[in-house]
Amino acid sequence: MDHIFFFYFAAVIATTSVLVVALRNPVYSALALLIMFFHVAGLYVTLHAEFLAAVQIVVYAGAILVLYLFVVMLLSIKSEERYHNQLPVAGLLGVMLCTEVILLLIQSRTAASAPAPAADPVAGPGNTELIGEALYSTYLFPFEVASLILLVAMIGAIILAKKDLNEQAQQ
Amino acid sequence: MAVPLSYYLILSGFVFLTGVVGVLIRRNIIVILLSVELMLNATNINFVAFSEYFHNVAGQVFVFFALTVAAAEVAVGLAIIIALHRTNSSIYIDDLNLLKR
Repeated sequence: MDHIFFFYFAAVIATTSVLVVALRNPVYSALALLIMFFHVAGLYVTLHAEFLAAVQIVVYAGAILVLYLFVVMLLSIKSEERYHNQLPVAGLLGVMLCTEVILLLIQSRTAASAPAPAADPVAGPGNTELIGEALYSTYLFPFEVASLILLVAMIGAIILAKKDLNEQAQQ
Repeated sequence: MAVPLSYYLILSGFVFLTGVVGVLIRRNIIVILLSVELMLNATNINFVAFSEYFHNVAGQVFVFFALTVAAAEVAVGLAIIIALHRTNSSIYIDDLNLLKR
């Protein structure tokens, strides 16, 4: 049963990720990415990370992708006529990385295909409680730094997207 | 029967490779940013799979930090794209060769 769900989600994720890169129209690419986000969330549910699945849908599909679509609509971009001329470099890098992954997987076949150590779902507190406890005790300082990153990104985005800050100051 | 960990690693490796190739071959900056999102999602799949198989919640906490960085990257990246479109009226990376001229 787990295998069926995994192969369904994996097939859709792989197909839509190829579509994101291959489709000419950026709006279609963004919509393919939306389907991929939903299936990644489904994969998280099969991995017993229910809270992350909800966050994936709310933040990625709800906020980040909508931002992308806003910008695509705002700039009213026509679909792209051809690929970049870096295609040989990209092909070489892709083939190299692919062979590397395959070699590693062949070498570590015995270790990697070992079954999970005592797959025993976490009893007692749920997934959300465990994440919250780790986030607010062990990872408290990185959590605060993350909020600082968001603040800096917000200020940077406003300053970059604002029209002619210097000219307005001079007037 | 549980799915072996290596399956998740193969899936995330494939998605990451697709993202790398997308960054290299596309000309539209928006699609390049979408490919970066693909790569971030591939690492997130790895984090969650390892977190499940080692029964350690730290992997899921790190997905949050990856999510924060992704949100910050989107905000700043799209602001840069809008600024570029305003000055250059193009968002194709072939047209952005001011430093080469």
